[in-house]
Amino acid sequence: MRRFAVITAGLAAVALAGCSSSSSSSSGAASASSSASSSASKGSITVFAAASLMGTFTQLGKQFDSAHPGDTVKFSFGPSSGLATEIISGAPADVFASASSTNMEMVVKAGDAANPQTFAKNTMEVAVPPSNPGKVTSVKDLSKSAVKVALCQPQVPCGVVAAEIFKNAGITVKPVTLQPDVKSVLTQVETGNVDAGMVYVTDVMAAGTKVKGVTIPASEEASTLYPIATISNSKQKSVAQAFVAYVLSPTGQQVLTAAGFEKP
Amino acid sequence: MTFTTPSHLTARERARRAARGGPSRSVPVPLLVPALIAIGFLVLPLAGLLIRAPWGDLGAALSGADATQALILSLWTASASTAISLVIGVPLAWVLARSSFPGQRLLRALVTLPLVLPPVVGGVALLLAFGRTGFLGQYLDDWFGLTIPFTPIAVVMAETFVAMPFLIITVEGALRSADQGFEEAAATLGAKRMTVFRRVTVPLVAPSLGAGAVLCWARALGEFGATITFAGSLPGQTETMPIAVYYALETDPDAAIALSLVLLVVSITVLVSLRDRWIRRGPVS
Repeated sequence: MRRFAVITAGLAAVALAGCSSSSSSSSGAASASSSASSSASKGSITVFAAASLMGTFTQLGKQFDSAHPGDTVKFSFGPSSGLATEIISGAPADVFASASSTNMEMVVKAGDAANPQTFAKNTMEVAVPPSNPGKVTSVKDLSKSAVKVALCQPQVPCGVVAAEIFKNAGITVKPVTLQPDVKSVLTQVETGNVDAGMVYVTDVMAAGTKVKGVTIPASEEASTLYPIATISNSKQKSVAQAFVAYVLSPTGQQVLTAAGFEKP
Repeated sequence: MTFTTPSHLTARERARRAARGGPSRSVPVPLLVPALIAIGFLVLPLAGLLIRAPWGDLGAALSGADATQALILSLWTASASTAISLVIGVPLAWVLARSSFPGQRLLRALVTLPLVLPPVVGGVALLLAFGRTGFLGQYLDDWFGLTIPFTPIAVVMAETFVAMPFLIITVEGALRSADQGFEEAAATLGAKRMTVFRRVTVPLVAPSLGAGAVLCWARALGEFGATITFAGSLPGQTETMPIAVYYALETDPDAAIALSLVLLVVSITVLVSLRDRWIRRGPVS
């Protein structure tokens, strides 16, 4: 019994010593704490980006990786409000690209980012399934009780802009569900679970034939600006700044414009 | 194997040990250390919840419209799910425990699947079956204009799907270990089968039935993945408490913590009400 106790205590001591020594040796090394793979390259950054940037930023990431050998970009896409909360709680992000200045201001106010720069603008469109079961021809049709509408949660940028559009159009819309981000609204439309969803112009373009878009007239339309900034306690500041510069560069802007984003 | 009480103990200690039975009460160090780590791991997060709670503003945080609506919705949907589980789950438990037919083991495995299946997968499955374009849901929509997703019915269905197996397993176990002598005696005295079920079997497994129902209710109350996938989220209609907590973290962290505390208190109450004797002991012996 006593021998067993001694052996166990010895193993525990060795394990603890091993843990403390490895943590002290890795604190000096530059490695993004988010990358779990053992083969993390020297300049690996994590970009937290709004869900509506999924297609364009994935492409920009690949182009950046080829243009900067030795550097890799990893993405975490989601609702800008949720991502902002995660960053403020200490999530290991190096760059934040938000779909609204409000969420970026939250992060700046918390001291986690500085000097955001606007890189794109987006407007909204009504997405309907190809068969248009709700017979939606204009955004005003969304106020009809027979039309099942999916919206974003009110704190997410796509929910904020949709509310603005409804105010401009003078309508009240009762959705059947409030989804966590714009891509999940798009999915609800694609699967035919709802008759219509408020998504961005870029999302309708990205969905191709899976949805049909119903344009919103300029008098009712509202837009949102996309700021991007490096995170203050990023361990890869130079790579992060290089990525931000890449997004703002003519090459980056070309990819965004091709996807339907407007210039800020 | 015999245990001898060490001679250095007082008479009272020896009597206490004899009454309790079993070997020495002190914990060996190789078990104590991991046990303490486990205790810390499980208890510290809960302590964090209590420490960071906005105790002064608790009432204000909870009285927000969303929080009250979520609470009411969660309570009635969990109760409805438990009621449905009792009505259709207990007969299934009886079928699994008392009858025998080919494929019974497969049926038991399928019925217990929601226990192990990730809840969000359950939600996806429900959507594919009962969604507006689902293989059953499309007929509901075409013939009756009835769509289930995004309604409180969808919430009840999602919760029943994940919670009913708890009840079925508990009751099946109790039925298996019950003394069938009472039922046989009742039958020989002339009672019909349904009378035997009603007046002998059910009272015999009542403690396990109660424990299973409480577990089922608690599981239904805490359901998140299946509900948010199948029923969506709309305050007052389909936004249950766990979903409200999830979204409140982004907008109103105080409300999120307050709602979490409510769920914590409910969970503790459930555990206390279950107590050892309901979980460990089967039917009354």
